[in-house]
Amino acid sequence: MNRSGFRKVLAAFFGVVVTVFFASADVFAADTIKLGVAGAHSGDLASYGLPTVKAAEFVVKEINAKGGVLGKQVELVVEDDVCKPEVATNTATKLVSQNVKFVIGHICSGATKAALGIYKDAKVIVISPSATNPELTQSGAYPNFYRTIASDDAQAKLEVDFAIGKLKVKKIAVLHDKGDYGKGLAEFAKKFVDESKKATVVLFEGITPGAVDYSAVVQKIKHSGAEAVIYGGYHPEASSIIAQMRKKKMKTYFISDDGVKDATFIKVAGKYAEGVYATGPRDTSKNPMTVAANDLFKKTYGADAGAFYLNGYAATLAVLNAIQKAGSTDYDAVSKALTTQLVETPLGKIKFDKRGDAIGVGFSIYQVQKGNYVEIN
Amino acid sequence: MDYFLELLLGGLTRGSIYALIALGYTMVYGIIELINFAHGEIYMIGAFTALIVASVLTMSGMGGLSVLILASVVAVIYSAAYGFTVEKIAYKPLRQAPRLSPLISAIGMSIFLQNYVLIAQTSDFLPFPSLIPDLPFMEPYSHIIGPAELIIVLTTAAVTLILTVFIKFTKIGKAMRATAQDRNMAMLLGVNVNKVISSTFIIGSALAAIGGVLIASHIGRINFYIGFIAGIKAFTAAVLGGIGSIPGAVLGGLILGWTESFATGYVSSDYEDVFAFLLLVLILIFRPAGLLGRSPIQKV
Repeated sequence: MNRSGFRKVLAAFFGVVVTVFFASADVFAADTIKLGVAGAHSGDLASYGLPTVKAAEFVVKEINAKGGVLGKQVELVVEDDVCKPEVATNTATKLVSQNVKFVIGHICSGATKAALGIYKDAKVIVISPSATNPELTQSGAYPNFYRTIASDDAQAKLEVDFAIGKLKVKKIAVLHDKGDYGKGLAEFAKKFVDESKKATVVLFEGITPGAVDYSAVVQKIKHSGAEAVIYGGYHPEASSIIAQMRKKKMKTYFISDDGVKDATFIKVAGKYAEGVYATGPRDTSKNPMTVAANDLFKKTYGADAGAFYLNGYAATLAVLNAIQKAGSTDYDAVSKALTTQLVETPLGKIKFDKRGDAIGVGFSIYQVQKGNYVEIN
Repeated sequence: MDYFLELLLGGLTRGSIYALIALGYTMVYGIIELINFAHGEIYMIGAFTALIVASVLTMSGMGGLSVLILASVVAVIYSAAYGFTVEKIAYKPLRQAPRLSPLISAIGMSIFLQNYVLIAQTSDFLPFPSLIPDLPFMEPYSHIIGPAELIIVLTTAAVTLILTVFIKFTKIGKAMRATAQDRNMAMLLGVNVNKVISSTFIIGSALAAIGGVLIASHIGRINFYIGFIAGIKAFTAAVLGGIGSIPGAVLGGLILGWTESFATGYVSSDYEDVFAFLLLVLILIFRPAGLLGRSPIQKV
């Protein structure tokens, strides 16, 4: 075979490959509704992202078995963003290029924010089960964004209202761990306390995560005369601080967030955890749908579902329901359905407000009583 | 005034914690001029060993002081064995290599031990029982200083004293000082340098284990990562006081503890580390060898 002959064969071969490739893509596009699932599926924070993938798989399997949405099967396109903003933009581009019109995700607020611009330009509807950064909805910059979890400021608001309204404290110390999550929450708490005018923030400080000893900060809290501490951060530091406070015989109330509403906190802080308040997602575990969803996971994987599983479940149900109700996959029609049509989910009956926050999803105050978190009203 | 006193005592406890770990850094550096980055991990292993022993003993019905003593003894032996082995595996083959090689080897050892504990145990925080019993006579003062804090301060003082006497007056102490001054000359004069280095690692690791037990029962929680953070601060303390000097390590630890405590108390805990490292920079500008360190004498 001479050289030009070889080239012809090669060209023909590529031609065939390219045609086949396009053909197959076309076939799929016609047959299915593609639902992207993006988030941290590997790396440090995989435990936050994987439950949502499983939730989406369960929901889609069930709906497909019943004949799918609008008579079409739903196809999942799962993409990993490792919770990194710089990877998330690639993830988003990849999903958009595969003609995905609806995305469940992303998991981390930073990654979600980075990806949203790309989705917005491509008119992709995004529902996150876990991105709690307030700005994502409140800025109004992303009309294509919805979430099935309450934002951070809702938690801070609840903590402040509880401290001022129920515990009737006048002096509050606000501490945080200098991280995005903890500091953000603490700043909101401070803002809400100032706005309420019924109490004052006597101390606002960031502590050093992982330090060997927090006695100086504890002394400072005591010195400030605070009646309650609002702490934004995670449980390892919280357990150290509460232990040192109680060892110093301080009876100051301790109110924290869902980073502390964790069984490990009670295990580590032991008897010192008693009486600590923490906010966490409203308890819906008695809802029959929640029970069914949790049982399904337990039966399939032999373990408890983990973080944001129910939120992911709700997000998948919400978007598929909206497509069904809208009668098409058109961006405007589905957006309208999301904000007007109620859907039954494991988080309760939800729909979304104009900004994209779920109505009917929220936080409750929990208190450690005899070694368990108990929801109090 | 009360507030000042409380911060002073808080800083003293924190400083003693740093000093207890810093002693191990400074001893090893004094002898072979190696920054033993795996030292923090030995401290962590000591704490873990004590936790395991204490859990077993508590389950079998023992209580109080005997658990603390037995757990400490086992932790000390176990950690000393680790220190000894680490030296044999990671540093001894590199004795004649350029100084950078054992340093890298130390960092590698540190990462290895962290991940080893991560796999063998867990990545979660574990509750550490407060092995130090509540002392009834301390009760009226418990808002100022707790029994755990008092015992940490006293232990650090005792250990420093014993170590100083040991190095000044015993035969092996003399051999250590000789090795520190000039390893080759000591070898020529019949000092078994390998044995001296091994004993330095054993003593340093034993101290780290004591620190691990006391500090973990003070903090009340451990995970595989505690050694890294404590190690960094203790290393800072050792440099501050003059690395290679035993009183220097203690002085450095205390100064660091007080700086952090007062910075938190009177300024803001946001700047705790800023003040600590600012102080380090200032001291190193004016005394490059640290507070009590000797500048290396150039031998001609």
